[in-house]
Amino acid sequence: MDWPILSLVIFLPLVGVGLIAFVPADNQENARRVALWVSTGNFLVSLLIWFNFDRSTAAMQFVEEAEWMPMAGIAYRVGVDGISMLFVLLTTLLTPICVLSSWTAIKVRVKEYMIAFLILETFMVGMFAALDLFLFYIFFEAVLIPMFIIIGVWGGPRRIYATFKMFLYTLLGSVLMLLAMMAMYFDAGTTDITKLLVHDFPAKLEPWLWLAFFASFAIKVPMWPVHTWLPDAHVEAPTAGSVILAGVLLKFGGYGFLRFSLPMFPEASLAFTPLIYTLSIIAVIYTSLVALAQEDMKKLIAYSSVAHMGFVTIGAFTMTVQGIEGSIYQMLSHGVVSAALFLIVGVVYDREHSREISHYGGLVQRMPVYGITFMLFMLASVGLPGTGGFVGEFLVLLGAFRANSWVAALAATGVILGAVYMLYLYRRIVFGKLTKDHLKKILDMDKREMAVFAPLVIITLWMGIYPSSFLDVMHVSVEALLKQVETSLAAAGHIAVVGR
Amino acid sequence: MALAQIPNLVPVLPEIFVACMIMALLMLGVFQKGALADHDVKSFRLISGLSILVLALTGLLVVMVTGGRMMAFNNMFVVDGFAIYAKVLILIACASAIVMSSAYMERVGVARFEFSILIVFATLGMMMMVSANDLISLYMGLEMQSLSLYVIASFQRDDTRSTEAGLKYFVLGALASGMLLYGASMVYGFTGSTNFEILAAAIKGGNKSVGLIVGIVFVAAGLAFKVSAVPFHMWTPDVYEGAPTPVTAFFAVAPKIAALCLFVRVMVEPFGNAVESWRQVLIFISVASMILGAVAAVAQTNIKRLMAYSSIGHVGYALIGLCVANETGVRGILVYLAIYLFMNVGAFACILCMKRDDRMVEKISDLSGLSKSHPMIALALLIFMFSMAGVPPLAGFFAKLYIFWAAIESGLVVVAVIGVLTSVIGAFYYLRIVRVMYFEDSEAPLDTHVSRELRWVILAMAIIISFYFVQPNIILDPAAQAASTLFLR
Repeated sequence: MDWPILSLVIFLPLVGVGLIAFVPADNQENARRVALWVSTGNFLVSLLIWFNFDRSTAAMQFVEEAEWMPMAGIAYRVGVDGISMLFVLLTTLLTPICVLSSWTAIKVRVKEYMIAFLILETFMVGMFAALDLFLFYIFFEAVLIPMFIIIGVWGGPRRIYATFKMFLYTLLGSVLMLLAMMAMYFDAGTTDITKLLVHDFPAKLEPWLWLAFFASFAIKVPMWPVHTWLPDAHVEAPTAGSVILAGVLLKFGGYGFLRFSLPMFPEASLAFTPLIYTLSIIAVIYTSLVALAQEDMKKLIAYSSVAHMGFVTIGAFTMTVQGIEGSIYQMLSHGVVSAALFLIVGVVYDREHSREISHYGGLVQRMPVYGITFMLFMLASVGLPGTGGFVGEFLVLLGAFRANSWVAALAATGVILGAVYMLYLYRRIVFGKLTKDHLKKILDMDKREMAVFAPLVIITLWMGIYPSSFLDVMHVSVEALLKQVETSLAAAGHIAVVGR
Repeated sequence: MALAQIPNLVPVLPEIFVACMIMALLMLGVFQKGALADHDVKSFRLISGLSILVLALTGLLVVMVTGGRMMAFNNMFVVDGFAIYAKVLILIACASAIVMSSAYMERVGVARFEFSILIVFATLGMMMMVSANDLISLYMGLEMQSLSLYVIASFQRDDTRSTEAGLKYFVLGALASGMLLYGASMVYGFTGSTNFEILAAAIKGGNKSVGLIVGIVFVAAGLAFKVSAVPFHMWTPDVYEGAPTPVTAFFAVAPKIAALCLFVRVMVEPFGNAVESWRQVLIFISVASMILGAVAAVAQTNIKRLMAYSSIGHVGYALIGLCVANETGVRGILVYLAIYLFMNVGAFACILCMKRDDRMVEKISDLSGLSKSHPMIALALLIFMFSMAGVPPLAGFFAKLYIFWAAIESGLVVVAVIGVLTSVIGAFYYLRIVRVMYFEDSEAPLDTHVSRELRWVILAMAIIISFYFVQPNIILDPAAQAASTLFLR
């Protein structure tokens, strides 16, 4: 490919923004259509990356470079490897789904809503594709602007509190990362991520850099105890906002750990692994228990997200092939499954305007298609073999077992607890007799809603039945990442910590 | 014979041009007056238009008169890349202040032609400030600017708040000038000269007596007052709140830029060799300004007061560059000032649109529902607010980036960490404005009519701020060049 396909995927949504800007404000239908067509078109373009991706090399592909701020050596560099490519596709897949799912739910300021989502897509794709520290940072933080607006304008009653909390938490973490990035530049003399990956930072500096990045990524993941912004943001966000938040934004942290913390600061990563394990296990067990006690469907799924992301961080820091691949796989499947679960909540919320679990019950009597879809994603979230959720959790546990059997044992309890709260949720909402009067006339999913779920169902099953098509993409890159960590650690005198 | 030679006036050409034009405009205004009843407004419009033209022509002259480092008036006046850069910013700021004020002045019935002439007078003072190469010419420029500003602050003379603001500004400004003069006299007493180059040589030669240091600190205190840095900031919120809004818009930008550039030149050129003696003082001033600017703004309800605290905070960030006191630091300051100029002009243009039943309103809560009644202005103000909070990809982020860049490079990590933490607190109150505009509904929307000039100013500034990231070198390169001229020796 000699044309700038990645830049096209990054900036095509902005073309959509320009088009929507010219749609008259009262013509909501056209704003929706433009957003849907542009984001779908962008997904199709991004599929070209999937088909043209060379699965046999760990090098960055589709690389583009353009001068930007020569004075500081900062350039516009983008490219993808086996790790980031899948996240780019996840983003371009979820955006049209978000647009379609908001078709009837968003009735005010439709134009602005669609513009916000398209800008958000640009920033998210740019974040995953960036190969320059500062370009990465700019996209990483710029995401906050549209997200702040989406939750603040179209959110629920406590939206202002939630959106401020989200914004300030994330900003606090990322400004420290910014300073660390500058320190990295002054040590390495470059902001090119591919060069920084092989740069050896001084042992004195490394822990500080690691901590600064950790501050940012831990809040983004989010890890216990800085996860509290997430349930608030999820509960108040409109459905599509939750979808994108759970589906893509939470992956920023995990992706950051894999892209920056592990390969660039391997010694510090090794030293801080117990911290990561501890926080992750607390996240897995504690937030699962918290989820069990929730009365609000969205809050329950939000807490389950925190628990699932605990697996991601455990896997990433096991420094084994299985663990890291499992961690990426878990992020991808969680991106699809949790997005679908929030959409599931959105379906009944659009009809009943309530997220209370006690508001529902016996829905299967009137909504069989809904019941089946819900069941599929509920089981995927639990980690049933045959769904994407299983592969990720299994690989993470496998990797964790090789690294530290206690961690694996404790994390495995999280799987059981996950089954408990998800099945309990499902039983209360879908099963039982339909006794509540206000539900007697509730309608099953219509065609538009089925169209929203169809791609997610296919991908979840595909990921569960034939994981190789995704693992093949990431395998070489993960191997290279581990090799990089291994050599740095060996140079520093640590022997055989990396499991291959 | 030296006396017989004609002094080389080429470097001062822009200033001489402005001075002559002021006289001409003044006469024009006076002779035009008195013929008709509504002549006030007419001559106001004419003189405003001509003043903008004069400022534009001056800008052209400033850019054209180049030739490395040029001296005039017996080395009391210097023109170098730094001065040229600063003058261009000052001229843009002053011209936009005149553009923004016209509609307001006519509406409140103080459309007198002296207003724009006073602004041009202040411009002349500022241009002399940034070109000063001697403590005496420094003081002359500073006072010329300040005296014009005192009058402008109380320009709405029937309004008690305006006159109060002018008086406050005058009394405290005079105090600061006194401190500055006292410091200058100490410096003179311990070195025997007021010329920047001789001072620099004397300090380099080892003259670091206590008296000199005390003098430097007094000069710095006087200048800190002019840039409204903590602990000399007390006047700022009151003056900003009391002065007519277009005047506040002017105060927040042009004099700040001029005074900061002057501050940079004084600390770096003559006193640069004594940097170890004054760095701690400036670090304190900078950190205190950042903290106070962020914390005190949180509780404000008046948007002009909020902008006052915000500007205190911004000065704190810019001063980090001066604490670094090297080329990267000064480059950071210069970029910061340029972007600060665009953000503030834009934000104040939005504030000037806030009127209900043809009267200005200035409570933050008055902005509620702005996104519905004025979607474009709300969007622009959102851009300015996110930019001031330093969120990428808007220009304000790059301003902070270059400043922190310099701080990290020279090891001022603690200052940088405090800086980014206060910027998070600062984000809170900038977001509050976004919240009011976008998340809250209003019972009484603001007037929909917005004057054409304001629309254009807002549009231009919003475009600059949002798309600066595309070509950051447009400001970065000239700033780097300007900064390098300060460190030639």
